[in-house]
Amino acid sequence: MADRAEFAEQAMQYAPKLYSAALRLTRNGADAEDLVQDTYLRAWRSFSTFQEGTNLRAWLYRILTNTFINTYRSKQRRPNETHLDNIEDLYLYKRMGAIDSALGGRSAEDTMFELFTDDEVKAALEELPENFRLPVLLADVEGFAYKEIAEMLDIPVGTVMSRLHRGRKAMHKLLYDFASERGLIANAPAPTARDLPPDSQHG
Amino acid sequence: MTDCNETLRELETFLDNELSDGARGAIHVHLEACTDCLQAFDFHAELRSVIAAKCHNDEMPPGLLSRIEKCFGEDIDGDGRIG
Repeated sequence: MADRAEFAEQAMQYAPKLYSAALRLTRNGADAEDLVQDTYLRAWRSFSTFQEGTNLRAWLYRILTNTFINTYRSKQRRPNETHLDNIEDLYLYKRMGAIDSALGGRSAEDTMFELFTDDEVKAALEELPENFRLPVLLADVEGFAYKEIAEMLDIPVGTVMSRLHRGRKAMHKLLYDFASERGLIANAPAPTARDLPPDSQHG
Repeated sequence: MTDCNETLRELETFLDNELSDGARGAIHVHLEACTDCLQAFDFHAELRSVIAAKCHNDEMPPGLLSRIEKCFGEDIDGDGRIG
């Protein structure tokens, strides 16, 4: 990327997705707009540090993430995260049988897109404590690798993996709770593992 | 052969594309033979794509693009020229 004009042109294509990510992080439109603008301003100012051949998208997300952490996170007190540890593995999957029957036997895989509304999926992600929301957003929504996320958040890869594991479980449980609130599993039988081996919930 | 517990333990690293070729191959062998695990993997792959799709569809506010373009117009080195 030889010059600033080319940089600006290429960077612009990521604006819609950066805005979505900013919304998930700040949880409000005005802050999300400010965060995206701030990200581009910082990117423009530090263009000279951008290495030719570096992944521009990853670089922009790194700036977005750091700007968020430095500007917004410090305003909020650290939330209680202990409730995340009491969720069994495969939480949602093990309960999808009950949702399946409520939907009249259609398979969960066919209906998952219709099952959860856009707002519910967004809310499930946005309700995660930030330490978990950031890795889940970067991995599951943006598709970054563990190593890239570790660099963006300045934490070890092992920490990325464990936060993803706990954060995903918590998000899946929230999705289940939303489906439950909407009566999709009103008469659900006691949760049963779908023929999974008895020890599969540990791990 | 890799058993169900070992396979399910790698569900996330598999879907995250973070396994070595060898480990990935072992999971594939198991999934070809085990419908229960295959169903669990399919479910989570599908869930992942639903989450990604639904978290990416926010409409950008109309004024944001021009706000960003203004950032690119900033004269950084103060020489009176942009860039």
